[in-house]
Amino acid sequence: MIELRGIEKSFGPKNVLRGVDLTIPKGESMVIIGGSGTGKSVTLKCVLGLITPDKGEILVDGQDVTKLRQGSSERDAFLARFGMLFQGGALFDSLTVWQNVAFRLLRGTMKKTKAEAREIAIEKLRRVGLTPDVADLYPSELSGGMQKRVGLARAIAAEPEIIFFDEPTTGLDPIMSGVINELIREIVVEMGATAMTITHDMTSVRAIADKVAMIHGGKVRWTGPISQMDNSGDPYLTQFITGSADGPIESVR
Amino acid sequence: MKFLATIGRSVLGLLAAIGRVALFAVETISHLFRPPWYPREFGAALMQIGYFSLPVVGLTTIFTGGALALQIYAGGARFSAEAVVPQIVAIGMVRELGPVLVGLMIAARVTSSIAAEIATMKVTEQIDALVTLSTNPMKYLTLPRVLAATLVMPILVAVGDTIGIMGGYLVGTGRLGFNPGTYLTNTIDFLEWLDIVSSLSKGAVFGFLAALMGCYFGMGSARGAAGVGAATKGAVVAASVLILAANFILTELFFAA
Repeated sequence: MIELRGIEKSFGPKNVLRGVDLTIPKGESMVIIGGSGTGKSVTLKCVLGLITPDKGEILVDGQDVTKLRQGSSERDAFLARFGMLFQGGALFDSLTVWQNVAFRLLRGTMKKTKAEAREIAIEKLRRVGLTPDVADLYPSELSGGMQKRVGLARAIAAEPEIIFFDEPTTGLDPIMSGVINELIREIVVEMGATAMTITHDMTSVRAIADKVAMIHGGKVRWTGPISQMDNSGDPYLTQFITGSADGPIESVR
Repeated sequence: MKFLATIGRSVLGLLAAIGRVALFAVETISHLFRPPWYPREFGAALMQIGYFSLPVVGLTTIFTGGALALQIYAGGARFSAEAVVPQIVAIGMVRELGPVLVGLMIAARVTSSIAAEIATMKVTEQIDALVTLSTNPMKYLTLPRVLAATLVMPILVAVGDTIGIMGGYLVGTGRLGFNPGTYLTNTIDFLEWLDIVSSLSKGAVFGFLAALMGCYFGMGSARGAAGVGAATKGAVVAASVLILAANFILTELFFAA
């Protein structure tokens, strides 16, 4: 279970998060929506410890992860339970595809032999719909959709309990988006993982989410199960999901 | 008063920057004593920084050694001191030009590529990805590069010194009519151990600075293509200036009368 309590974060004079409260029960898929620049990514990076919040606490199974020191073994143990799919894939371009997928398995506490790591990498690649012959290619030789799949394979390689997806469908064509959404849904369900996804793609939301939270103005504006999203009665949420230019959310033109 | 405030602000900014670089350096060195280490990254850095820099080091120093011989001959001829060409070429290359030229070439070739690579990794979230994969970027990216540059630069400088002297020798014997045997004896007799020790020590310090600046500016890169460009430029400028400043300080330490 992940609990965010009163998370605040400013960058200089800009108050990005003004008290985010959010609970993600174990094994559920939470999708966070909101316009660009509303602090969705910052929220996610706070949980991972890539950004330290100014105020508030983040409890993962009761442990406050904002207190873990960089590089400490507790923090390494905490991160070992995570998998993350980055927006642009964030594949290491100096390593081949299989070395990317097996990154965690080739070094550190989860180290396996090279042959074993490669075998797991190829199995994970297969799981995301890629054939073993891409294993020895470099990320730059792959299309955007394939890079996303490799990123997904890397995120799940070490069997994480918690998976984060940062805008998983950005930059993909609608069909590839559909494929990735389906993959994410399947993988989260079969692994029983707790998932947190950031997106502004409403197709993604409907495909992936058990629960939805909308962030607006640095706070959680609305949260609830996906089934209630369309009849929430919240003008902000309604404007966002219908993509209407008219409504309480100011749009800059 | 406004004028004074401006001076104060830039001095404070400079001091803050020095502090940040010093902390970065201390953190880098501290990882040398704390596992895990990444020998494969270290090996790759040795190849990149050391082996693949050999051509540029050789080309730079051979031409400089040759030009130096010509200049000293022409200059020396004004007071009939043409005969000192071998000695001055040797001392000039080993004490000053060898380490400084190799240092600057490394700043151009290695600092820029380290800064651009790490900055691109930062911009494309690869550094964040490393962290989420339980890998400390300072250990995985910075330490191997800084350590490799510090260890391999003395070797590059030794190669540069030798090839520079060779350049002088080729011009001296081919163009200026020196006897090959005498040229070499004069060179070897004149050089002292201190010259060589100072040359290689300078190399180590310059290598450390060059790689450190590449990593520091790369890690601090702002977003986007412009961010990568600015980081690379900043790294090369800072490395070059620091190398020249360190050269002065080290020369003062080794040779001050």
